[in-house]
Amino acid sequence: MQNILIIARKEIQEGLRNRWVLTTTLLLAALALTLTFLGSAPTGNVGARALDVVIVSLSSLTVFLLPLIALLISHDAIVGEAERGTMVLLLSYPIARWQVLLGKFVGHVSILAFATLLGYGAAAVALAATGSAIDAESLTAFAKMVGSSVLLGAGFIALGYLISASVRERGTAAGIAIAVWLVLVLIYDMALLALLVVDQGQTVSGGLLDALLLLNPTDAYRLLNLTGGNVSALSGMGGVSQTANLSPSALLAALAAWTLVPLALAALAFAKKEL
Amino acid sequence: MTKTIDLQSVTKRFGRIEAVREVSFRLHAGEVVALVGHNGAGKTTLMKLMLGLIQASLGTIEMLGDDPAAGDFAARRSVGYLPENVSFNAALSGREIMSFYARLKREDLSTIEPLLERVGLADAADRRIGTYSKGMRQRLGLAQALLGEPLVLLLDEPTTGLDPALRQSFYEIVQELSDRGATVLLSSHALTELEDRAGRVIIMNRGVKVADGTLTELRRIALLPTRIRITSAPGDAERARTWFGPLATWRRVNGHMIEIDAAPDQKIELLRRASEEGAPIADIDVVPPTLDDLYAHFLRSQDAA
Repeated sequence: MQNILIIARKEIQEGLRNRWVLTTTLLLAALALTLTFLGSAPTGNVGARALDVVIVSLSSLTVFLLPLIALLISHDAIVGEAERGTMVLLLSYPIARWQVLLGKFVGHVSILAFATLLGYGAAAVALAATGSAIDAESLTAFAKMVGSSVLLGAGFIALGYLISASVRERGTAAGIAIAVWLVLVLIYDMALLALLVVDQGQTVSGGLLDALLLLNPTDAYRLLNLTGGNVSALSGMGGVSQTANLSPSALLAALAAWTLVPLALAALAFAKKEL
Repeated sequence: MTKTIDLQSVTKRFGRIEAVREVSFRLHAGEVVALVGHNGAGKTTLMKLMLGLIQASLGTIEMLGDDPAAGDFAARRSVGYLPENVSFNAALSGREIMSFYARLKREDLSTIEPLLERVGLADAADRRIGTYSKGMRQRLGLAQALLGEPLVLLLDEPTTGLDPALRQSFYEIVQELSDRGATVLLSSHALTELEDRAGRVIIMNRGVKVADGTLTELRRIALLPTRIRITSAPGDAERARTWFGPLATWRRVNGHMIEIDAAPDQKIELLRRASEEGAPIADIDVVPPTLDDLYAHFLRSQDAA
Protein backbone atom coordinates (compact mmCIF):
# COMPACT_ATOMS: atom_id res chain seq x y z
CA MET A 1 0.00 0.00 0.00
CA GLN A 2 2.76 2.40 0.96
CA ASN A 3 4.53 1.67 -2.33
CA ILE A 4 1.39 2.54 -4.28
CA LEU A 5 1.15 5.88 -2.52
CA ILE A 6 4.84 6.61 -3.09
CA ILE A 7 4.39 6.07 -6.84
CA ALA A 8 1.11 8.03 -6.90
CA ARG A 9 2.77 10.91 -5.13
CA LYS A 10 5.60 11.00 -7.66
CA GLU A 11 3.15 10.94 -10.58
CA ILE A 12 1.25 13.87 -9.11
CA GLN A 13 4.50 15.71 -8.43
CA GLU A 14 5.53 15.17 -12.05
CA GLY A 15 2.07 16.21 -13.27
CA LEU A 16 2.32 19.45 -11.35
CA ARG A 17 5.87 20.05 -12.53
CA ASN A 18 5.29 19.47 -16.22
CA ARG A 19 2.05 21.47 -16.01
CA TRP A 20 -0.26 18.64 -17.00
CA VAL A 21 -2.49 19.45 -14.04
CA LEU A 22 -2.57 23.15 -14.79
CA THR A 23 -3.22 22.76 -18.51
CA THR A 24 -5.97 20.19 -18.08
CA THR A 25 -7.72 22.17 -15.36
CA LEU A 26 -7.58 25.40 -17.34
CA LEU A 27 -8.76 23.70 -20.51
CA LEU A 28 -11.72 22.05 -18.81
CA ALA A 29 -12.63 25.22 -16.93
CA ALA A 30 -12.43 27.37 -20.03
CA LEU A 31 -14.59 25.01 -22.07
CA ALA A 32 -17.05 24.51 -19.24
CA LEU A 33 -17.46 28.26 -18.72
CA THR A 34 -17.82 28.89 -22.44
CA LEU A 35 -20.49 26.22 -22.72
CA THR A 36 -22.26 27.52 -19.64
CA PHE A 37 -22.68 31.02 -20.93
CA LEU A 38 -22.95 30.42 -24.65
CA GLY A 39 -25.00 27.28 -24.13
CA SER A 40 -27.72 29.05 -22.22
CA ALA A 41 -28.23 31.63 -24.97
CA PRO A 42 -30.52 29.55 -27.20
CA THR A 43 -32.70 28.28 -24.37
CA GLY A 44 -32.98 31.62 -22.74
CA ASN A 45 -34.19 31.54 -19.20
CA VAL A 46 -37.52 29.99 -19.83
CA GLY A 47 -38.37 26.39 -19.16
CA ALA A 48 -35.25 24.35 -18.71
CA ARG A 49 -33.27 24.97 -15.58
CA ALA A 50 -29.86 26.46 -16.24
CA LEU A 51 -27.79 23.76 -14.52
CA ASP A 52 -29.57 21.01 -16.45
CA VAL A 53 -28.55 22.66 -19.70
CA VAL A 54 -25.00 22.79 -18.43
CA ILE A 55 -25.10 19.11 -17.55
CA VAL A 56 -26.15 18.22 -21.06
CA SER A 57 -23.51 20.33 -22.74
CA LEU A 58 -20.78 19.33 -20.33
CA SER A 59 -21.45 15.60 -20.68
CA SER A 60 -21.29 15.95 -24.44
CA LEU A 61 -17.97 17.69 -24.01
CA THR A 62 -16.75 15.06 -21.56
CA VAL A 63 -17.45 12.20 -23.91
CA PHE A 64 -15.02 13.66 -26.42
CA LEU A 65 -12.46 15.34 -24.26
CA LEU A 66 -11.89 13.27 -21.13
CA PRO A 67 -11.08 10.03 -22.99
CA LEU A 68 -8.60 12.00 -25.06
CA ILE A 69 -6.91 13.56 -22.03
CA ALA A 70 -6.90 10.22 -20.22
CA LEU A 71 -5.27 8.42 -23.13
CA LEU A 72 -2.74 11.21 -23.52
CA ILE A 73 -1.63 10.86 -19.91
CA SER A 74 -1.66 7.09 -19.81
CA HIS A 75 -0.53 5.67 -23.14
CA ASP A 76 3.07 6.58 -22.33
CA ALA A 77 3.05 5.41 -18.71
CA ILE A 78 4.80 2.08 -19.14
CA VAL A 79 6.31 1.94 -22.60
CA GLY A 80 7.62 5.50 -22.23
CA GLU A 81 9.41 4.74 -18.98
CA ALA A 82 10.71 1.49 -20.43
CA GLU A 83 12.06 3.32 -23.45
CA ARG A 84 13.65 6.12 -21.46
CA GLY A 85 15.26 3.52 -19.21
CA THR A 86 13.72 4.70 -15.95
CA MET A 87 11.59 1.57 -15.57
CA VAL A 88 14.53 -0.83 -15.24
CA LEU A 89 15.87 1.17 -12.32
CA LEU A 90 12.48 1.52 -10.66
CA LEU A 91 11.81 -2.21 -10.84
CA SER A 92 15.18 -3.00 -9.28
CA TYR A 93 13.74 -1.49 -6.09
CA PRO A 94 11.66 -3.51 -3.64
CA ILE A 95 8.39 -2.91 -5.43
CA ALA A 96 6.11 -5.21 -7.42
CA ARG A 97 5.05 -4.37 -10.93
CA TRP A 98 1.36 -4.31 -10.05
CA GLN A 99 2.16 -1.77 -7.34
CA VAL A 100 3.86 0.44 -9.91
CA LEU A 101 0.82 0.20 -12.16
CA LEU A 102 -1.69 0.83 -9.39
CA GLY A 103 0.37 3.72 -8.05
CA LYS A 104 0.41 5.35 -11.46
CA PHE A 105 -3.33 4.75 -11.73
CA VAL A 106 -4.05 6.42 -8.41
CA GLY A 107 -1.81 9.35 -9.38
CA HIS A 108 -3.25 9.84 -12.84
CA VAL A 109 -6.87 9.48 -11.73
CA SER A 110 -6.22 12.02 -8.97
CA ILE A 111 -4.88 14.48 -11.52
CA LEU A 112 -7.89 13.93 -13.76
CA ALA A 113 -10.36 14.11 -10.88
CA PHE A 114 -8.80 17.32 -9.64
CA ALA A 115 -8.99 18.93 -13.08
CA THR A 116 -12.56 17.80 -13.70
CA LEU A 117 -13.79 18.82 -10.28
CA LEU A 118 -12.19 22.23 -10.48
CA GLY A 119 -12.98 22.85 -14.15
CA TYR A 120 -16.60 21.78 -14.06
CA GLY A 121 -17.09 23.07 -10.56
CA ALA A 122 -16.11 26.48 -11.91
CA ALA A 123 -19.09 26.32 -14.26
CA ALA A 124 -21.53 25.52 -11.46
CA VAL A 125 -20.10 28.22 -9.24
CA ALA A 126 -20.28 30.73 -12.09
CA LEU A 127 -23.92 29.89 -12.66
CA ALA A 128 -24.77 30.32 -9.02
CA ALA A 129 -22.81 33.55 -8.89
CA THR A 130 -24.70 35.03 -11.83
CA GLY A 131 -27.93 34.46 -10.01
CA SER A 132 -29.40 31.34 -11.64
CA ALA A 133 -31.60 29.37 -9.35
CA ILE A 134 -30.22 25.89 -8.73
CA ASP A 135 -32.33 23.30 -6.97
CA ALA A 136 -31.21 20.20 -5.15
CA GLU A 137 -32.28 17.82 -7.94
CA SER A 138 -30.14 19.56 -10.54
CA LEU A 139 -27.25 19.68 -8.10
CA THR A 140 -27.42 15.92 -7.55
CA ALA A 141 -27.49 15.36 -11.28
CA PHE A 142 -24.49 17.64 -11.64
CA ALA A 143 -22.55 15.78 -8.96
CA LYS A 144 -23.43 12.51 -10.67
CA MET A 145 -22.18 13.91 -13.95
CA VAL A 146 -18.85 15.00 -12.49
CA GLY A 147 -18.41 11.66 -10.69
CA SER A 148 -19.18 9.57 -13.73
CA SER A 149 -16.94 11.79 -15.85
CA VAL A 150 -14.03 10.90 -13.59
CA LEU A 151 -15.03 7.24 -13.81
CA LEU A 152 -15.10 7.47 -17.60
CA GLY A 153 -11.66 9.06 -17.50
CA ALA A 154 -10.41 6.31 -15.19
CA GLY A 155 -11.62 3.74 -17.71
CA PHE A 156 -9.65 5.35 -20.50
CA ILE A 157 -6.59 5.67 -18.28
CA ALA A 158 -6.81 1.93 -17.68
CA LEU A 159 -7.21 1.33 -21.42
CA GLY A 160 -4.17 3.50 -22.01
CA TYR A 161 -2.12 1.37 -19.59
CA LEU A 162 -3.24 -1.77 -21.35
CA ILE A 163 -1.99 -0.32 -24.63
CA SER A 164 1.20 0.94 -22.98
CA ALA A 165 1.99 -2.41 -21.38
CA SER A 166 1.34 -4.39 -24.55
CA VAL A 167 3.52 -2.62 -27.11
CA ARG A 168 7.28 -2.24 -27.57
CA GLU A 169 7.45 1.35 -28.82
CA ARG A 170 5.97 4.66 -27.78
CA GLY A 171 4.89 5.50 -31.31
CA THR A 172 2.87 2.33 -31.53
CA ALA A 173 1.18 3.12 -28.23
CA ALA A 174 0.24 6.60 -29.42
CA GLY A 175 -1.16 5.22 -32.69
CA ILE A 176 -3.25 2.59 -30.97
CA ALA A 177 -4.49 5.12 -28.42
CA ILE A 178 -5.74 7.42 -31.18
CA ALA A 179 -7.41 4.48 -32.92
CA VAL A 180 -9.12 3.42 -29.70
CA TRP A 181 -10.35 6.94 -29.14
CA LEU A 182 -11.69 7.23 -32.68
CA VAL A 183 -13.47 3.90 -32.51
CA LEU A 184 -15.01 4.24 -29.05
CA VAL A 185 -15.88 7.93 -29.23
CA LEU A 186 -16.86 8.44 -32.88
CA ILE A 187 -17.07 5.39 -35.09
CA TYR A 188 -18.86 3.02 -32.72
CA ASP A 189 -21.94 5.22 -32.43
CA MET A 190 -22.08 5.91 -36.14
CA ALA A 191 -21.84 2.21 -36.88
CA LEU A 192 -24.50 1.46 -34.29
CA LEU A 193 -26.78 4.06 -35.77
CA ALA A 194 -26.24 2.73 -39.27
CA LEU A 195 -26.98 -0.76 -38.04
CA LEU A 196 -30.24 0.34 -36.46
CA VAL A 197 -31.29 2.21 -39.59
CA VAL A 198 -30.51 -0.68 -41.90
CA ASP A 199 -32.07 -3.20 -39.57
CA GLN A 200 -35.35 -1.33 -39.17
CA GLY A 201 -36.00 -3.13 -35.89
CA GLN A 202 -36.08 -6.58 -37.53
CA THR A 203 -33.31 -8.43 -35.70
CA VAL A 204 -31.75 -6.02 -33.24
CA SER A 205 -33.83 -6.51 -30.14
CA GLY A 206 -33.90 -4.28 -27.10
CA GLY A 207 -31.63 -6.72 -25.24
CA LEU A 208 -29.04 -6.72 -28.00
CA LEU A 209 -29.09 -2.94 -28.13
CA ASP A 210 -28.55 -2.80 -24.37
CA ALA A 211 -25.57 -5.08 -24.71
CA LEU A 212 -24.16 -3.04 -27.58
CA LEU A 213 -24.52 0.16 -25.58
CA LEU A 214 -22.77 -1.36 -22.56
CA LEU A 215 -19.92 -2.53 -24.77
CA ASN A 216 -18.77 1.03 -25.15
CA PRO A 217 -17.95 3.05 -22.03
CA THR A 218 -18.82 6.34 -23.69
CA ASP A 219 -22.34 5.07 -24.44
CA ALA A 220 -22.78 3.87 -20.89
CA TYR A 221 -21.69 7.34 -19.77
CA ARG A 222 -24.06 9.09 -22.16
CA LEU A 223 -27.02 7.01 -21.10
CA LEU A 224 -26.19 7.58 -17.45
CA ASN A 225 -26.12 11.35 -17.73
CA LEU A 226 -28.41 12.21 -20.60
CA THR A 227 -31.47 10.16 -19.88
CA GLY A 228 -32.55 10.61 -16.28
CA GLY A 229 -35.15 13.14 -15.14
CA ASN A 230 -35.15 16.62 -16.62
CA VAL A 231 -32.22 16.36 -18.92
CA SER A 232 -33.48 13.63 -21.23
CA ALA A 233 -35.82 15.96 -23.07
CA LEU A 234 -32.99 18.41 -23.63
CA SER A 235 -30.44 15.93 -24.79
CA GLY A 236 -32.29 14.16 -27.54
CA MET A 237 -31.34 10.87 -25.98
CA GLY A 238 -34.94 10.24 -24.94
CA GLY A 239 -35.54 8.03 -27.94
CA VAL A 240 -32.68 5.73 -27.17
CA SER A 241 -33.43 5.58 -23.50
CA GLN A 242 -36.95 4.41 -24.16
CA THR A 243 -35.70 1.53 -26.25
CA ALA A 244 -32.75 0.76 -24.05
CA ASN A 245 -33.67 -0.68 -20.76
CA LEU A 246 -30.73 -0.04 -18.51
CA SER A 247 -30.81 0.99 -14.91
CA PRO A 248 -28.31 3.59 -13.62
CA SER A 249 -26.66 0.94 -11.49
CA ALA A 250 -26.13 -1.32 -14.51
CA LEU A 251 -24.57 1.60 -16.34
CA LEU A 252 -22.33 2.42 -13.40
CA ALA A 253 -21.33 -1.23 -13.18
CA ALA A 254 -20.47 -1.16 -16.87
CA LEU A 255 -18.27 1.92 -16.37
CA ALA A 256 -16.58 0.29 -13.38
CA ALA A 257 -15.99 -2.88 -15.38
CA TRP A 258 -14.51 -0.75 -18.17
CA THR A 259 -11.98 0.45 -15.60
CA LEU A 260 -11.22 -2.76 -13.73
CA VAL A 261 -10.93 -5.20 -16.63
CA PRO A 262 -8.43 -3.17 -18.68
CA LEU A 263 -6.50 -2.42 -15.50
CA ALA A 264 -6.26 -6.11 -14.64
CA LEU A 265 -5.25 -6.96 -18.21
CA ALA A 266 -2.66 -4.18 -18.13
CA ALA A 267 -1.21 -5.60 -14.92
CA LEU A 268 -1.01 -9.01 -16.57
CA ALA A 269 0.66 -7.67 -19.70
CA PHE A 270 3.10 -5.65 -17.59
CA ALA A 271 3.98 -8.66 -15.46
CA LYS A 272 4.96 -10.59 -18.57
CA LYS A 273 6.85 -7.77 -20.24
CA GLU A 274 10.58 -8.30 -20.69
CA LEU A 275 12.58 -5.20 -19.99
CA MET B 1 33.35 -16.24 2.97
CA THR B 2 29.61 -15.69 2.81
CA LYS B 3 28.21 -16.05 -0.65
CA THR B 4 25.95 -13.27 -1.83
CA ILE B 5 25.20 -14.18 -5.43
CA ASP B 6 25.04 -17.68 -6.83
CA LEU B 7 24.40 -18.53 -10.47
CA GLN B 8 24.11 -22.12 -11.62
CA SER B 9 24.10 -23.00 -15.31
CA VAL B 10 21.99 -19.99 -16.15
CA THR B 11 20.76 -19.70 -19.71
CA LYS B 12 18.65 -16.85 -21.02
CA ARG B 13 17.07 -16.87 -24.45
CA PHE B 14 15.34 -13.99 -26.19
CA GLY B 15 13.44 -15.73 -28.93
CA ARG B 16 16.05 -17.75 -30.78
CA ILE B 17 18.99 -15.72 -29.52
CA GLU B 18 20.86 -17.06 -26.53
CA ALA B 19 22.00 -13.97 -24.66
CA VAL B 20 23.57 -15.99 -21.86
CA ARG B 21 24.52 -19.66 -22.06
CA GLU B 22 25.25 -22.01 -19.17
CA VAL B 23 26.87 -19.42 -16.93
CA SER B 24 27.79 -20.38 -13.37
CA PHE B 25 29.64 -18.39 -10.76
CA ARG B 26 29.46 -17.50 -7.13
CA LEU B 27 30.26 -14.13 -5.61
CA HIS B 28 31.09 -13.48 -1.98
CA ALA B 29 30.89 -10.69 0.53
CA GLY B 30 33.71 -8.18 0.19
CA GLU B 31 34.62 -9.13 -3.36
CA VAL B 32 35.08 -6.57 -6.11
CA VAL B 33 34.45 -8.38 -9.36
CA ALA B 34 34.87 -7.05 -12.87
CA LEU B 35 32.51 -8.38 -15.50
CA VAL B 36 34.29 -7.87 -18.76
CA GLY B 37 33.16 -8.33 -22.32
CA HIS B 38 32.22 -6.70 -25.61
CA ASN B 39 28.87 -5.05 -26.10
CA GLY B 40 26.40 -7.88 -26.45
CA ALA B 41 28.53 -10.31 -24.46
CA GLY B 42 25.70 -10.72 -21.94
CA LYS B 43 26.85 -8.44 -19.12
CA THR B 44 23.67 -6.39 -18.85
CA THR B 45 21.52 -9.50 -19.26
CA LEU B 46 23.35 -11.13 -16.36
CA MET B 47 22.71 -8.14 -14.13
CA LYS B 48 19.04 -8.02 -15.05
CA LEU B 49 18.78 -11.72 -14.26
CA MET B 50 20.35 -11.16 -10.85
CA LEU B 51 17.84 -8.39 -10.17
CA GLY B 52 14.90 -10.51 -11.28
CA LEU B 53 13.96 -8.02 -14.00
CA ILE B 54 13.98 -10.92 -16.44
CA GLN B 55 13.65 -14.61 -15.77
CA ALA B 56 16.24 -17.22 -16.62
CA SER B 57 15.19 -19.74 -19.28
CA LEU B 58 17.23 -22.42 -17.51
CA GLY B 59 19.27 -22.68 -14.34
CA THR B 60 18.95 -21.12 -10.91
CA ILE B 61 19.92 -17.75 -9.49
CA GLU B 62 20.25 -16.87 -5.85
CA MET B 63 20.65 -13.33 -4.61
CA LEU B 64 21.25 -12.95 -0.87
CA GLY B 65 19.52 -16.27 -0.34
CA ASP B 66 16.42 -15.46 -2.41
CA ASP B 67 15.31 -16.20 -5.93
CA PRO B 68 15.24 -12.67 -7.35
CA ALA B 69 12.47 -13.43 -9.85
CA ALA B 70 10.18 -15.09 -7.29
CA GLY B 71 8.48 -11.86 -6.36
CA ASP B 72 9.82 -11.58 -2.86
CA PHE B 73 11.42 -8.20 -2.53
CA ALA B 74 13.08 -8.49 0.86
CA ALA B 75 16.52 -9.00 -0.71
CA ARG B 76 16.16 -6.01 -3.02
CA ARG B 77 16.35 -3.58 -0.13
CA SER B 78 19.99 -4.57 0.22
CA VAL B 79 20.81 -4.30 -3.47
CA GLY B 80 22.02 -1.20 -5.26
CA TYR B 81 21.86 -1.05 -9.04
CA LEU B 82 23.23 1.45 -11.49
CA PRO B 83 21.90 0.69 -14.97
CA GLU B 84 23.84 1.41 -18.14
CA ASN B 85 22.96 4.91 -19.41
CA VAL B 86 20.96 5.71 -16.30
CA SER B 87 18.14 8.19 -16.80
CA PHE B 88 15.69 10.00 -14.57
CA ASN B 89 12.57 12.03 -15.03
CA ALA B 90 13.90 15.38 -16.20
CA ALA B 91 11.16 17.41 -14.52
CA LEU B 92 12.16 16.57 -10.95
CA SER B 93 15.18 17.76 -9.01
CA GLY B 94 18.01 15.53 -7.84
CA ARG B 95 16.86 15.73 -4.26
CA GLU B 96 13.25 14.89 -5.18
CA ILE B 97 14.36 11.81 -7.11
CA MET B 98 16.57 10.70 -4.23
CA SER B 99 13.67 11.14 -1.78
CA PHE B 100 11.47 9.04 -4.04
CA TYR B 101 13.96 6.19 -4.20
CA ALA B 102 14.77 6.45 -0.49
CA ARG B 103 11.05 6.07 0.33
CA LEU B 104 10.86 2.97 -1.84
CA LYS B 105 13.73 1.47 0.13
CA ARG B 106 12.18 2.71 3.39
CA GLU B 107 15.33 4.65 4.11
CA ASP B 108 15.36 7.70 6.27
CA LEU B 109 15.41 10.88 4.18
CA SER B 110 18.30 12.18 6.25
CA THR B 111 20.63 9.73 4.47
CA ILE B 112 20.21 11.62 1.20
CA GLU B 113 22.25 14.71 1.94
CA PRO B 114 25.51 12.86 2.80
CA LEU B 115 25.13 10.72 -0.32
CA LEU B 116 24.63 13.73 -2.57
CA GLU B 117 27.65 15.33 -0.98
CA ARG B 118 29.71 12.21 -1.48
CA VAL B 119 29.09 12.17 -5.22
CA GLY B 120 29.58 15.94 -5.43
CA LEU B 121 26.01 16.90 -6.24
CA ALA B 122 25.10 18.80 -3.08
CA ASP B 123 25.14 22.15 -4.90
CA ALA B 124 23.02 20.94 -7.81
CA ALA B 125 20.55 18.96 -5.70
CA ASP B 126 17.68 21.40 -6.13
CA ARG B 127 18.07 21.89 -9.84
CA ARG B 128 15.92 20.04 -12.35
CA ILE B 129 17.61 16.88 -13.63
CA GLY B 130 16.91 18.13 -17.14
CA THR B 131 19.71 20.66 -16.63
CA TYR B 132 22.27 18.04 -15.50
CA SER B 133 25.23 16.98 -17.61
CA LYS B 134 25.80 13.31 -18.43
CA GLY B 135 28.42 13.03 -15.71
CA MET B 136 26.06 14.53 -13.13
CA ARG B 137 23.30 12.11 -14.06
CA GLN B 138 25.80 9.28 -13.73
CA ARG B 139 26.74 10.53 -10.26
CA LEU B 140 23.10 10.79 -9.27
CA GLY B 141 22.72 7.21 -10.48
CA LEU B 142 25.57 6.19 -8.26
CA ALA B 143 24.07 8.05 -5.30
CA GLN B 144 20.76 6.22 -5.62
CA ALA B 145 22.59 2.89 -5.88
CA LEU B 146 24.31 3.64 -2.58
CA LEU B 147 21.02 4.23 -0.72
CA GLY B 148 20.55 1.96 2.26
CA GLU B 149 24.14 0.71 2.58
CA PRO B 150 23.67 -2.13 0.10
CA LEU B 151 25.20 -5.58 0.56
CA VAL B 152 25.34 -6.09 -3.19
CA LEU B 153 26.09 -3.43 -5.77
CA LEU B 154 25.55 -4.10 -9.45
CA LEU B 155 27.11 -1.35 -11.52
CA ASP B 156 26.67 -1.47 -15.27
CA GLU B 157 29.34 0.61 -17.02
CA PRO B 158 29.60 2.89 -14.00
CA THR B 159 32.39 5.17 -15.13
CA THR B 160 31.18 6.20 -18.57
CA GLY B 161 30.85 9.97 -18.62
CA LEU B 162 32.93 10.50 -15.50
CA ASP B 163 36.08 12.56 -15.73
CA PRO B 164 39.34 11.11 -14.32
CA ALA B 165 39.04 12.82 -10.93
CA LEU B 166 35.52 11.51 -10.46
CA ARG B 167 36.60 8.04 -11.56
CA GLN B 168 39.18 8.14 -8.85
CA SER B 169 36.64 9.07 -6.17
CA PHE B 170 34.22 6.54 -7.62
CA TYR B 171 36.72 3.73 -7.10
CA GLU B 172 37.41 5.01 -3.61
CA ILE B 173 33.73 4.59 -2.81
CA VAL B 174 33.77 1.09 -4.29
CA GLN B 175 36.79 0.20 -2.19
CA GLU B 176 35.11 1.51 0.94
CA LEU B 177 31.99 -0.53 0.29
CA SER B 178 33.93 -3.70 -0.29
CA ASP B 179 35.94 -3.10 2.90
CA ARG B 180 32.62 -2.94 4.70
CA GLY B 181 31.77 -6.35 3.27
CA ALA B 182 29.66 -5.51 0.24
CA THR B 183 29.92 -7.43 -3.01
CA VAL B 184 30.57 -5.10 -5.91
CA LEU B 185 30.07 -6.33 -9.45
CA LEU B 186 31.17 -3.85 -12.11
CA SER B 187 30.80 -4.31 -15.80
CA SER B 188 33.03 -2.39 -18.10
CA HIS B 189 34.96 -2.40 -21.27
CA ALA B 190 37.43 0.15 -20.02
CA LEU B 191 39.72 -2.63 -18.90
CA THR B 192 42.83 -0.74 -17.95
CA GLU B 193 41.10 1.19 -15.19
CA LEU B 194 39.72 -1.99 -13.65
CA GLU B 195 43.13 -3.56 -13.50
CA ASP B 196 44.14 -2.81 -9.94
CA ARG B 197 40.60 -2.30 -8.67
CA ALA B 198 39.00 -5.65 -9.24
CA GLY B 199 40.16 -8.57 -7.18
CA ARG B 200 38.51 -10.92 -9.59
CA VAL B 201 37.69 -10.84 -13.26
CA ILE B 202 34.95 -12.69 -15.13
CA ILE B 203 35.33 -12.54 -18.89
CA MET B 204 32.24 -13.03 -21.02
CA ASN B 205 32.11 -13.56 -24.74
CA ARG B 206 28.92 -13.98 -26.74
CA GLY B 207 26.96 -15.12 -23.70
CA VAL B 208 29.51 -17.62 -22.47
CA LYS B 209 31.81 -17.27 -19.51
CA VAL B 210 35.31 -17.76 -20.89
CA ALA B 211 37.44 -17.00 -17.85
CA ASP B 212 37.01 -16.38 -14.14
CA GLY B 213 39.68 -15.72 -11.53
CA THR B 214 42.07 -13.22 -10.04
CA LEU B 215 44.29 -11.39 -12.46
CA THR B 216 47.30 -13.45 -11.33
CA GLU B 217 45.43 -16.69 -11.88
CA LEU B 218 44.28 -15.60 -15.30
CA ARG B 219 47.83 -14.61 -16.24
CA ARG B 220 49.04 -18.03 -15.22
CA ILE B 221 46.35 -19.83 -17.20
CA ALA B 222 46.83 -17.66 -20.25
CA LEU B 223 50.63 -18.22 -20.29
CA LEU B 224 50.99 -14.83 -21.87
CA PRO B 225 54.53 -13.57 -22.30
CA THR B 226 55.83 -10.82 -20.06
CA ARG B 227 57.34 -8.03 -22.08
CA ILE B 228 60.89 -7.16 -21.05
CA ARG B 229 62.33 -4.02 -22.51
CA ILE B 230 66.06 -3.54 -22.26
CA THR B 231 67.98 -0.34 -22.81
CA SER B 232 71.61 -1.02 -23.50
CA ALA B 233 74.45 0.90 -21.97
CA PRO B 234 75.73 3.69 -24.24
CA GLY B 235 77.63 2.26 -27.18
CA ASP B 236 76.94 -1.30 -26.12
CA ALA B 237 73.90 -1.96 -28.28
CA GLU B 238 75.52 -4.77 -30.23
CA ARG B 239 76.81 -6.51 -27.11
CA ALA B 240 73.42 -6.25 -25.42
CA ARG B 241 71.81 -8.06 -28.30
CA THR B 242 74.25 -10.94 -28.21
CA TRP B 243 74.08 -11.02 -24.40
CA PHE B 244 70.46 -12.18 -24.52
CA GLY B 245 70.70 -13.75 -27.96
CA PRO B 246 71.10 -17.36 -26.87
CA LEU B 247 68.22 -17.16 -24.37
CA ALA B 248 65.39 -15.64 -26.34
CA THR B 249 64.44 -13.99 -29.57
CA TRP B 250 64.53 -10.23 -29.35
CA ARG B 251 62.98 -7.44 -31.29
CA ARG B 252 64.79 -4.23 -32.07
CA VAL B 253 62.87 -1.17 -30.86
CA ASN B 254 65.50 1.40 -31.74
CA GLY B 255 69.28 1.82 -31.74
CA HIS B 256 69.75 1.14 -28.04
CA MET B 257 66.57 -0.67 -27.02
CA ILE B 258 65.35 -4.22 -27.54
CA GLU B 259 62.22 -6.02 -26.46
CA ILE B 260 61.79 -9.65 -25.48
CA ASP B 261 58.51 -11.50 -25.09
CA ALA B 262 59.37 -13.79 -22.22
CA ALA B 263 57.30 -16.88 -21.51
CA PRO B 264 56.50 -17.27 -17.81
CA ASP B 265 59.18 -19.93 -17.26
CA GLN B 266 61.80 -17.87 -19.07
CA LYS B 267 61.26 -14.73 -17.11
CA ILE B 268 63.48 -15.39 -14.11
CA GLU B 269 66.32 -16.73 -16.24
CA LEU B 270 66.28 -13.61 -18.37
CA LEU B 271 66.26 -11.32 -15.37
CA ARG B 272 69.13 -13.23 -13.83
CA ARG B 273 71.11 -12.90 -17.02
CA ALA B 274 70.34 -9.19 -17.06
CA SER B 275 71.67 -8.71 -13.56
CA GLU B 276 74.89 -10.70 -14.10
CA GLU B 277 78.26 -9.05 -13.71
CA GLY B 278 79.22 -7.05 -16.75
CA ALA B 279 75.83 -7.02 -18.44
CA PRO B 280 75.79 -4.15 -20.96
CA ILE B 281 72.54 -2.73 -19.67
CA ALA B 282 71.46 0.73 -18.62
CA ASP B 283 67.81 0.11 -17.80
CA ILE B 284 65.21 -2.61 -17.78
CA ASP B 285 61.41 -2.53 -17.79
CA VAL B 286 59.23 -5.54 -17.02
CA VAL B 287 55.64 -5.26 -18.21
CA PRO B 288 53.28 -8.10 -17.21
CA PRO B 289 50.37 -8.81 -19.56
CA THR B 290 47.63 -6.25 -19.04
CA LEU B 291 43.96 -7.02 -18.62
CA ASP B 292 43.56 -5.93 -22.23
CA ASP B 293 46.06 -8.58 -23.36
CA LEU B 294 44.38 -11.22 -21.20
CA TYR B 295 40.97 -10.29 -22.50
CA ALA B 296 42.12 -10.48 -26.10
CA HIS B 297 43.80 -13.81 -25.38
CA PHE B 298 40.70 -15.41 -23.87
CA LEU B 299 38.50 -14.16 -26.68
CA ARG B 300 40.92 -15.57 -29.26
CA SER B 301 41.20 -18.92 -27.53
CA GLN B 302 37.42 -19.23 -27.38
CA ASP B 303 37.02 -18.29 -31.01
CA ALA B 304 39.64 -20.86 -31.95
CA ALA B 305 37.89 -23.59 -29.96
